[in-house]
Amino acid sequence: MIDLQNLCISQGDFSFQDISLTIPTGSYGVLMGPTGCGKTSMLEAVCGLRDLSSGRIRLGEKDVSNLPPACRGIGYVPQDGTLFGFLSVRENLAFALHLRRWKAAEVNRRVEELSSLLEISHLLDRTTKGLSGGERQRITLGRSLAFQPQFLLLDEPLSATDESTRSGLCDLLKKVQQEMGVTALHVTHSPSEAERLADVIFNFNNLSSIKGSM
Amino acid sequence: MSEHQSGWPHGKEPSLWRVTLSDRTIKVGFLTISVAYLILILLLVGADLAYLVSDSHWGGIFSDNPIAKALQQEEIRYSIMLSMLSCTLSAFLAVAVAVPIAYILKGKTFPGRALVDSILDIPIVLPPLVIGLSLLILFQFPPFTLSIAKWLPFVDDPNLTLNALVVYQIPAVIVAQFTVATAFAIATMKATFEQTDSRMEEVALTLGCNRLQAFSRVVLPQVAPGIITAWTLAWARSLGEFGPLLVFAGTTRNKTEVLSTTVFLEISIGNLEGAVVVSLIMILLSVLVLVVTRVWGKMELSL
Repeated sequence: MIDLQNLCISQGDFSFQDISLTIPTGSYGVLMGPTGCGKTSMLEAVCGLRDLSSGRIRLGEKDVSNLPPACRGIGYVPQDGTLFGFLSVRENLAFALHLRRWKAAEVNRRVEELSSLLEISHLLDRTTKGLSGGERQRITLGRSLAFQPQFLLLDEPLSATDESTRSGLCDLLKKVQQEMGVTALHVTHSPSEAERLADVIFNFNNLSSIKGSM
Repeated sequence: MSEHQSGWPHGKEPSLWRVTLSDRTIKVGFLTISVAYLILILLLVGADLAYLVSDSHWGGIFSDNPIAKALQQEEIRYSIMLSMLSCTLSAFLAVAVAVPIAYILKGKTFPGRALVDSILDIPIVLPPLVIGLSLLILFQFPPFTLSIAKWLPFVDDPNLTLNALVVYQIPAVIVAQFTVATAFAIATMKATFEQTDSRMEEVALTLGCNRLQAFSRVVLPQVAPGIITAWTLAWARSLGEFGPLLVFAGTTRNKTEVLSTTVFLEISIGNLEGAVVVSLIMILLSVLVLVVTRVWGKMELSL
């Protein structure tokens, strides 16, 4: 369960007030809102990258409001698919595993598993230069899921991809989310993406659930 | 005509020959300036070489090489060694200080930011002699004048102070070089950090990094080329450091004499040829360090 209670953020000229939403465990939640409305800031706050003025963030049974990002157990896919350009694709995928001191054999096994699931096995030994938007997003997704987080936050993951790859990526996102059983919060401005992926849809501006099992 | 009807003025349309002429002028003009400056630099070095061989015949360069002769003098060898060691140490210290400062300043806006930036630039804009004098004066105050004997083992002199340990001694060379070189390293590192992507660091935090891990695993690899540039710049500044050394470290042969002060000492006793020889040695060393760091930087990047 991802449970946000009365989140308030104020940072410089920018602020938003009193955001509350709940996504049941194992569901795919989509948060819709126009560009520049503060969706990204909200996701960053949930990850622990921005300070909250007030409000609580609960993931599962745990209140993570005051935890550092590293201890929240969230897989985060930022908007532009920020890959580490000084590492190979394989090293990008293994980044979180090396931090957790996994043994080399286990790291390899996990990387192979992720890359076949995400259909990026042929890219493993490349650098991140010259990858297409879709390939970058697949790798970013793999990197964020490698350490088996139970929660996945996606910030406009399909905005940097072209029309022809978007549909395939949509299917892949849904498949990965279901196979890994993660609770996802996906932020987008595209109604078609929301329609296709969501178990629960929220609208940033009124934050009332407009579709779903709630 | 339709233009008249639209109510907008005619203006002057770009004509083909004007555009062509202007493009040519820009191309030729910029190229001329670039080539002229390159030639100036090469002439500077060439003139030093020409000066050395103008007295003798060209064969003298091989049979009676003035650089080889200079290298036989012990005080020249000493000042080469001291220059190399002090510049290298100063450059490492400068980078070690510049990286954290530039990192914490990245993207920060706070009241007084402009003031902090200006203070950091002071060593760049101050006349070198003033820096030397200021260092000398600073070391006349506590804590530099307080006895440090009780904190150091194996020291007999109970009146030993930091002042006595540093001023007119070898450490003064490093302190003076470090003071100026650091300001240049900071300027380089600030420009480097401004170009890095903070999102990478944030992603690293969500992947499980603490701040130190994010810094060492994600930030440092991004700024590695900038660090090498900053190190090279700091090293070169240190090699050229002269004014502050004159005041703060003195120019005692076989003690605090470095290559730049050797040039000064040789000129002051009228030995222009000696000064030119030492200058050429400095040029060779600078080019060597420049090439090594460039190659090293390339290798780092391709990894």
